[in-house]
Amino acid sequence: MASPTRNTKSSDLADAPVNAALSDEDKLELLRTMVRIRRFEQTSLKHYHSGSIGGFLHLYIGQESVAAGSISLLGENDHVITAYRDHGHALAVGMTMKECMAELFGKRTGCSKGKGGSMHYFAPDKNYWGGHGIVGGQTPLGAGIAFALKYKGLKGCCLCYLGDGAINQGAFHEALNLAELWDLPVVYVIENNGYSMGTSQARSSAFPEQGLAARAEAYGMAWDKIDGVSIYEIRAGVQKAIERAHSESKPTLLEIETYRHKGHSVADANAEKYRTKEEIQKFMTEHDPIEFWKATLIEEGVLTEEKFKAISKEAGAEADEAAEFAEKSDYPDEAEIFDDVYWEVDNNTEAGRTGRHFFHK
Amino acid sequence: MPREISYRKALREGLDEELARDENVFIIGEEVAEYNGAYKVTEGLWKKWGDKRVIDAPISEAGFIGMGIGASMFGLRPVMELMFFSFAYVAFDQMMNNASSCRYMSGGRLNVPIVVRGPANGGTNVGATHSHTPENIFANMPGLKVVSPSDAYDAKGLIKSAIRDNDPVYFMESTLLYGNVGEVPSNDELEEGELVIPIGKAKVKRQGTDISLIAHGGAAVTALAAADLLEEKHGIHAEVLDLRSIRPLDDEAIMETVRKTHRAIYIEENKPFCGIGAQVSSMIMEQAFDDLDAPVLRIASADAPAIYSPPLEKMQLPTAEEIVERALSIC
Repeated sequence: MASPTRNTKSSDLADAPVNAALSDEDKLELLRTMVRIRRFEQTSLKHYHSGSIGGFLHLYIGQESVAAGSISLLGENDHVITAYRDHGHALAVGMTMKECMAELFGKRTGCSKGKGGSMHYFAPDKNYWGGHGIVGGQTPLGAGIAFALKYKGLKGCCLCYLGDGAINQGAFHEALNLAELWDLPVVYVIENNGYSMGTSQARSSAFPEQGLAARAEAYGMAWDKIDGVSIYEIRAGVQKAIERAHSESKPTLLEIETYRHKGHSVADANAEKYRTKEEIQKFMTEHDPIEFWKATLIEEGVLTEEKFKAISKEAGAEADEAAEFAEKSDYPDEAEIFDDVYWEVDNNTEAGRTGRHFFHK
Repeated sequence: MPREISYRKALREGLDEELARDENVFIIGEEVAEYNGAYKVTEGLWKKWGDKRVIDAPISEAGFIGMGIGASMFGLRPVMELMFFSFAYVAFDQMMNNASSCRYMSGGRLNVPIVVRGPANGGTNVGATHSHTPENIFANMPGLKVVSPSDAYDAKGLIKSAIRDNDPVYFMESTLLYGNVGEVPSNDELEEGELVIPIGKAKVKRQGTDISLIAHGGAAVTALAAADLLEEKHGIHAEVLDLRSIRPLDDEAIMETVRKTHRAIYIEENKPFCGIGAQVSSMIMEQAFDDLDAPVLRIASADAPAIYSPPLEKMQLPTAEEIVERALSIC
């Protein structure tokens, strides 16, 4: 389970080929992605409190390295699908802050036209297949994308993210069995932040002492455990899984240890009750992935304090601009409620014109 | 002499033709490949099409149907067999949430062209767990389509449309109909070269003037038997309208027959509460109230879980005699 005793020393995995290949600009870009995610989340929280955003808001603050590090490895035929804490992955695949923020505001300019909300971002054109609200519900879908890649003869993989709470869902175990049985090029990434909502791992999960991913042993599946504070570790570990998917068409189960600074969602009133303030403080100060990467890059001479401030300021301005864009955008029209339900209706095909599809009046 | 084949074979032909037409079509289900199908619908297809196109699944409905939904988002056209549609309930989140709403929640940026098919019927003495008829449950969810053919002709034409449809189609068959033989022209006999029936079109299966018996699935067959009895014994000419598709629904055909006969009964093997009959009778009341000479009646399964005891299960489902009795009460 999560404990503030993790290794925070600079990783020797900096020399791993996939990390050695990074240029200074690549490294700064990884920092930029993480900082942009954090600024986006902080700005969305502000607008949630002011009443512009409804529903749930599951913030990614503290976990930025997982999405930024792993998604930075992906190529043309590699795909992403995740659960409801999905803003970080969306920005990491290249979705804009504007479309993401407008979605939170429920506006037509949102990535899902205001129809999905915080938990349901989508951008298939960027290989990003959501954004799924039900815990574990996306795990068979991820297997399906991998199945389709293999069926079409494409050399790629699907990174399917889930939280540590999702490992106890039946659908996830069915998906693991199918993935190994049918040699699907899927990489399951458990973002282990230690808590399934307010229930700690010790109170929710039975697993081998090696960790959550070791459950993969039961399916004869490859697995690994990665310290999520380090971009280098994430990239080195995830790359092995991607290579296994690409070259052997085999799945992997990864556990990346991370920590969310905020509650399960903004509506989580007990975020500082089921976790001690000391624990949260410890992770925020000693295990923050942005601070860790910043220190690494300064040590490497790639970054200066001034440059960091500039990146941070730029990201903050981008987030504010996105909020302004969202604010000014229109809500969908009432008639648009009925768009995007049936493909055949939307495309006015013969099938879409045959029979009655809607029954509201 | 027109060709006659079984409902089972008609389905198989439809599947086979679609496998041939589009390489993105594949079949997954429990026992569909090497075992040749629990109900032999897919018999011979694995031998013909091989491991890539016809795949035996482990008993993991949530897993393999969810996997199919993901694959369909990516452009494949999976046809998933449920050995019984009752097993949909262990895949409920995938079938109800993901299949119906991923398109919507993405603002139309993807679609889910999946078919889930299998028998959804009672009457075979297998108890409550294996006798569900969930057409009303799934038809309740916008984004889903529900089809329920009652004869071989419709089974073939509709399965082909279902596979070509770009939205999720749940195709509900009946183990009691699989052996029924009916006229299904071979492709050589057809001007279009193949049999494709649009989803959302009801069909008058028997012309009549005195009362409309509206039904779907196995109940349509029972309604036809009842219409025979009404004619022979009581001189009442019943019209039988088979919906074939529940959602989309052919409400025009429903109103047309009601305006013709002025009396209607909805018959289904489903449970009565919020059943298809409830929806249809409400629509008749709203759209054709002035054409009615009697209240719209509903006949459904007796409102309890499916009973095992064979003689009692027969009584639990709609019978031709019951339909006749209720028809006489309003004619």
